[in-house]
Amino acid sequence: MIYSLCLLLILIGLYGVVVSRQTLKIVICLLIMDHGIHLLLLLIGYRRAGAPPIVDPAISIAEFAGGAVDPLPQALVLTAIVIGLGVLALMVALCVRLYERFGTFDVTEIRRLRG
Amino acid sequence: MSTSRKLRSEGMGMTVNTVTRWLKGPILLFGIYLVLYGHITPGGGFGGGVVIASAFILITLASGERAAQQLFSKGVASRLDSTGLLIFLALGWLGTAWAGAYFYSNFIDTPEDALFTLLSGGIMPIANLALGLKVGSALFLVFTLLTAFQIAGHEVDDQQVDDQPGTDEHQAEDES
Amino acid sequence: MMSIDYQTLMPLFVAIPLGMSVLVQLVARRQRVLAEILTVITLLLLALMSCYSVGHSGIYHLGGWPTPVGIDMRLDALATLLLLAVNIVGLAVSLYSVDYMKLFSARSHFYSLFLLMMAGMNGVVLAGDLFNLYVFLEVATIASYALVAFGCAHEELEASFKYIVLGSLSSALILIGVALVYGITGTLNLAHIAARIAENGKDIPLLLAFGLFICGFSFKAALVPFHAWLPDAHPAAPAPVSAMLSGVLIKAVGVYVLARLAFNVFGISANELGLLRWLGLLSMVAGGLLAVGQKDIKRLFAYSSISQVGFMVLGLGLGTPLGIAGGLYHLVNHAFFKSLLFLNAGAVEYATGTRNLKHLGGLDRKLPVTAATSLVGSMSIAGIPPFSGFWSKLIIVLACIESGYYAFAAAAVLVSIVTLAYQLKVQRMAFFAVLPEALQGLRREPPMMALAMILLAMGCIALSFAVFTGLREPWLVGAAAQVLTAGIFGN
Repeated sequence: MIYSLCLLLILIGLYGVVVSRQTLKIVICLLIMDHGIHLLLLLIGYRRAGAPPIVDPAISIAEFAGGAVDPLPQALVLTAIVIGLGVLALMVALCVRLYERFGTFDVTEIRRLRG
Repeated sequence: MSTSRKLRSEGMGMTVNTVTRWLKGPILLFGIYLVLYGHITPGGGFGGGVVIASAFILITLASGERAAQQLFSKGVASRLDSTGLLIFLALGWLGTAWAGAYFYSNFIDTPEDALFTLLSGGIMPIANLALGLKVGSALFLVFTLLTAFQIAGHEVDDQQVDDQPGTDEHQAEDES
Repeated sequence: MMSIDYQTLMPLFVAIPLGMSVLVQLVARRQRVLAEILTVITLLLLALMSCYSVGHSGIYHLGGWPTPVGIDMRLDALATLLLLAVNIVGLAVSLYSVDYMKLFSARSHFYSLFLLMMAGMNGVVLAGDLFNLYVFLEVATIASYALVAFGCAHEELEASFKYIVLGSLSSALILIGVALVYGITGTLNLAHIAARIAENGKDIPLLLAFGLFICGFSFKAALVPFHAWLPDAHPAAPAPVSAMLSGVLIKAVGVYVLARLAFNVFGISANELGLLRWLGLLSMVAGGLLAVGQKDIKRLFAYSSISQVGFMVLGLGLGTPLGIAGGLYHLVNHAFFKSLLFLNAGAVEYATGTRNLKHLGGLDRKLPVTAATSLVGSMSIAGIPPFSGFWSKLIIVLACIESGYYAFAAAAVLVSIVTLAYQLKVQRMAFFAVLPEALQGLRREPPMMALAMILLAMGCIALSFAVFTGLREPWLVGAAAQVLTAGIFGN
């Protein structure tokens, strides 16, 4: 059920990318799509009524592994967020440069390449 | 046009300035705490670096760009950024060269009773420090360079804009 | 001379260009000559290391952690083939860019980004782990987004924006696929995923993940109908960047990963092979036909890349050892001759200032090295014997006939004829026609550019000898095909 909500978020982002007329709106909708995917990846590692994955010296390892949420997707999502940050910085810089060159944020007017 | 330029050079009003003067220390300290204790508690290089960068971004917003550049200039940030990555790669290479094992093997041993304390976990604290250095300075550099554009009026800022690594700031600057 | 264990070389393929990229930023930001020297030395080192790793294979456990727990880097014959192609083409392009980048400012950033892209591509080829594959893929493509926009002219910015948006969408699809695969199999190591899929079979979520991977990596490899970014991005980029993008990037992060996941991890079945064949056919035909009418040299070559990638995927989609060998041989060939053709187009642009075929002509006297190497490259790609392109296309056509797909074979032959047509068009209009008035006073091309083009042309000619049995079997192509047809990874 909750996976389909993440999918809904991803689809909303995708719809926004396809429909938006301004470059900055495209960037923000790509960001929404990224958030949806990170949420999906994080929720795959979730366990109902699970403990945080921080080792307590009191419990044994087997008990800990049986009761805690999976920490690997958390590390994966952290990396994916930083990658998304790099792409976001690049895209925003491109939007600024596009505005300098073309004088507009409107995607339908930034169309010199044809064929 | 003139208001945003004034904002960037002088910052915001007195309330914001006063509150920032009190808050920038604790925020920076919190970021350093996240980086240092990253191998025991959640946090680590990425999260701690972001908080450190946000402290400097707060100073930029509140007191203006010149005050922030005096604290942490673009050249220094660029160099710290590169140094952070070089430290991280050197850690990996030391695993093979010094300890004779694999790349990124954990060649610093932790005695049994020192588990879960600050000086434990082998190379992980050093890796966290390198990452915190890199992420903090890189984010601050990205913020500074993106706000250096003067959009209304198509002007570029009259300050000498410096280079920066990683993202694509290809401002037409002179080469030697 | 001490003997270096090839296993320790594996992480160095990624660590050296990454470290040098940052070192260039640190010490050589204002001194362009130092940046150029560092880049060329690094790429020379990488090319030598990839030559050294021929014939070796192995798994490297990063950090010493055993396989299910740690990250692996995996070297086998297919990875060696790709490493050779990527690094040698990278060396030639870096030599070329020493002279070509005089047209641009902020040059040391170019070398940093270039080294970062090399690190990313090497990482993708050597990755043994699904998420590391994704991370290095992102490193390489983010560097290429910045490189496409490098000159900040109108068309470069527009092309780079289109490329970034479509590239981010495809990376998002790939990440969803990775999430699904992790959720179902519980591991990220490629060998373990293959083992679990072999035990449990492919049910619907895994088929969905596989479909997402095919879509995502087809975007990166620019297969039709996912090709929309390539005809804008590759011509608009500076010439060395176009050569790297078209020559190696779409193959190292597109076709190679597609082949790796399809054959070694997921275990491909007849339906999926049919899908690959049809994608290949569509790209071949569409790319070839669209290339004929172009007036801009680099846009013509970009559509030609789409067409040739279609050939490769058709060869891979046949599933037989002959077909896979043909596809891989065409991959390596295309890396060399397409980069050579893009470097030629860049030399023409450097000398004359235009890329429009209607305004060019008679350059065979003015730019002799460019004309000669362009002849070699054109004849290779068009498939004229005895050049290398002829052999690889022949192997693909023979494999089609052997598997009984006569229509595909006929289409491949027709597209080869179309390729010959547009290559002849470029040769005639750019090099052999009458020299127009405006171009009378041209100088010859600079020495480094000539050296790089000669290097790649020699590589093309050397590859035409690789078809002989004595060279082919123990050497690369046969071994690579064996890796693919061996099926699911063993441990």
